[in-house]
Amino acid sequence: MTVQSAWFWAIGRIDLHSFAFVRAWEDPSLDKMIAAGAASLVVLGAIAVFAIITKLRKWRYLWQDWFTSVDHKKIGIMYVILSGIMLTRAVIEAVLMRMQQAVAVNQPGIVAPEHFGELFSTHGSIMIFFMAMPFLTGIINYVMPLQIVARDVAFPTLNSISLGLTVSGAVLLMISLVVGKFSTGGWSGYPPYTEMAFNSGVGPDYWIWAVTLSSIGSTMTGLNFAVTIYKSRAPGMHLFRMPLFCWTALCTSILMIFAMPPLTVATLMLALDRYLDFHLFTTDLGGNMMNYANLFWLFGHPEVYILILPAFGVYSEVISTFSAKRLYAYRTLVYATMVIAVLSFTVWLHHFFTMGQNANINGFFGIATMCVGIPTGVKVYDWILTMYRGRVRFTVPMLYAIAFLVTFVIGGMTGIILATPPLDYVVHNTLFLVAHFHNMLIPGLLYGMLAGYQFWFPKAFGFRLDETWGRISFACWVVGFYLAFMPLYVLGAMGMPRRMAGVFQGEYLPWLIIACIGAFILLAALGALFVQLVISIRRREKTRVPAGDPWDGRSLEWAISSPPPEYNFAVIPCVEDRDPFALRKEQGRAYQPPHAYEDIEMPKNSVLGPVLCIVGAAAGFALVWHIWWLAILSFLGILAAVIVSSFSRDTHRVIPASEVARTHEHWLRTVAEARAIPRELETRSANEGLAESAV
Amino acid sequence: MDDRAKYRRELRGYAIGFASALALTCAAFATVHFDLAPAGTTIGIVFALGLIQLNVHFRFFLHIDLKKSARDDLQLILFSTLITLLMVGGTLIILFNLYHRMM
Repeated sequence: MTVQSAWFWAIGRIDLHSFAFVRAWEDPSLDKMIAAGAASLVVLGAIAVFAIITKLRKWRYLWQDWFTSVDHKKIGIMYVILSGIMLTRAVIEAVLMRMQQAVAVNQPGIVAPEHFGELFSTHGSIMIFFMAMPFLTGIINYVMPLQIVARDVAFPTLNSISLGLTVSGAVLLMISLVVGKFSTGGWSGYPPYTEMAFNSGVGPDYWIWAVTLSSIGSTMTGLNFAVTIYKSRAPGMHLFRMPLFCWTALCTSILMIFAMPPLTVATLMLALDRYLDFHLFTTDLGGNMMNYANLFWLFGHPEVYILILPAFGVYSEVISTFSAKRLYAYRTLVYATMVIAVLSFTVWLHHFFTMGQNANINGFFGIATMCVGIPTGVKVYDWILTMYRGRVRFTVPMLYAIAFLVTFVIGGMTGIILATPPLDYVVHNTLFLVAHFHNMLIPGLLYGMLAGYQFWFPKAFGFRLDETWGRISFACWVVGFYLAFMPLYVLGAMGMPRRMAGVFQGEYLPWLIIACIGAFILLAALGALFVQLVISIRRREKTRVPAGDPWDGRSLEWAISSPPPEYNFAVIPCVEDRDPFALRKEQGRAYQPPHAYEDIEMPKNSVLGPVLCIVGAAAGFALVWHIWWLAILSFLGILAAVIVSSFSRDTHRVIPASEVARTHEHWLRTVAEARAIPRELETRSANEGLAESAV
Repeated sequence: MDDRAKYRRELRGYAIGFASALALTCAAFATVHFDLAPAGTTIGIVFALGLIQLNVHFRFFLHIDLKKSARDDLQLILFSTLITLLMVGGTLIILFNLYHRMM
């Protein structure tokens, strides 16, 4: 064995030039320094986190109370934290890209074209797979079991494994900043560009394994949520008594079950091409790259609705709560959600109208696409009519909901333009498209999730978020969005292609500068969000809502303490109405002590989730760098971990009735001592979480 | 007594299911073995028999019927069928169309 082959055997394709720092040392250009700066942020960030946790001696606490916990509430919070970290990285990348394009008109920009390719690929991949998906999964995880009055999700350990796999994918993306380079093939990774012949580096491999890990996690999440909603509802809560958020969660889960597998299949087939020379998507030897586009968008389009439906659910809850009204036309909202879910499987071809199929097929899919506008329109009217003659309070979540209604409709209109094949031929692959999908996803996903975060934060942590900084952040998100993306419509109509590292048309410049300013305002919005969090934590003693109902809520998650006990409900209530908590408050029986308490059985902690997270990330890293011994070891590790854990029979522990009674009665005393407040005072420190309507 | 009646009814259900599944399988094999029809028709017959048997399995073994207790499961099965047909059928139509236009 030569030295070289021994070296390859041990660490695969890694060499000195794989490290961003070494590349910057050898060629200290601005481009390389930016890459090295990002890499050092990752390294220093990781070291700082480790040091702080060690200094505070919190490892045991984190391991026992968080990492190995299978409590749906804690898993939900961890998902949202992951999403926040990834959102920060992806927003910074967005600002860099906007700066590059504003600078690089008729001159070189701040980053090299190759690096720019990495930026838009990671930005897209992160925003979809590691910001949006974890955010909505986290919020559904936290809220849905509370709303249907379940003690946990149907498969708590599986839930922890799903989180583990998502985290391992995110870790791979972070590692790619330090070791090696990420794909330049965009978030959709189309072959043949991502095949070995054109891209022999590690970039596409990082993309493949990060996406594969997270897509497997999402499939299992979908199964878990759907089973939970079908099997774990409280007595009396039949499907048509579920809060609308649960309906959207159900439809999203079903979409995940059917839409994620095509993605896993597509990325694995691409991996077969790259690793084992399969020629599934090559241009010769019998390959067909068009099937990749087909498979990818078979996932990709339902994915759009996976992202948007939970936000629709959040808006339904928020609008009905802050208008103090029952949701208008609940049934049509449910049916519209179902119709959108089914239609989402009939429109995927509109992502590749220009690939060359005949006009009839394009026409069919174009019309199907326009049909999606009908149920969505129904929903918009239902929300407006819910507000109509309600006593609307303009709290932060409500502001997001209103901004969504206006902005989303504009995005929908441009969607109708893009759904017309002849028009799509004109503007496809331009910034018009980029403007359109940001116009759908920022109001249709990000605003919704942020609204949900502000709305349910007091439930999760027991204190409210700061209202002023919430409004500042909201204003920046909205102004920033319009400034950053409306110019892109103009640029797209002028013909500027997407994903350009530089252009030679001076007339684009003013619009690009406006968009760049918009991007900085969006960055400020993100900053304001963090400031809000820090300030709210500091002032938490003044904003505590221990009684648990700060917004005069209507569904049952507000009927328990904030934060809720591990088992959620001391006694599972019988559900008699669509707005059960509102009804109870009306009848003056919201906080009645139960007749008797019973022992509660809860799932025990499991190490399987964090173990699979570490081993999964190791497997991904080994496959990226061709470190075969580590890859084999990791796969054996995954198998062993799953098999060994299946032998553990002792998976539940019992919380005695006396403890439940003690906790519950303590809370009931808190409620009795709390001062009930009218809705107008809900943002003041007088709000202890007890609504006037309950007394 | 009630339990036994229930047990017998269930047993009868499984027996009917088993017998019809067996008969349908034999019929399918017989069609092929004895060359009862031209090749194209045979494929159609076997496919139809397979579909019928699928329903027999659902009805007698998985207890999916039109009663209210099984309605959720029935809806999920029908929905899965619809989505699978859309995905597989759509893929075939699109890829064959692209293939023909490249010839």
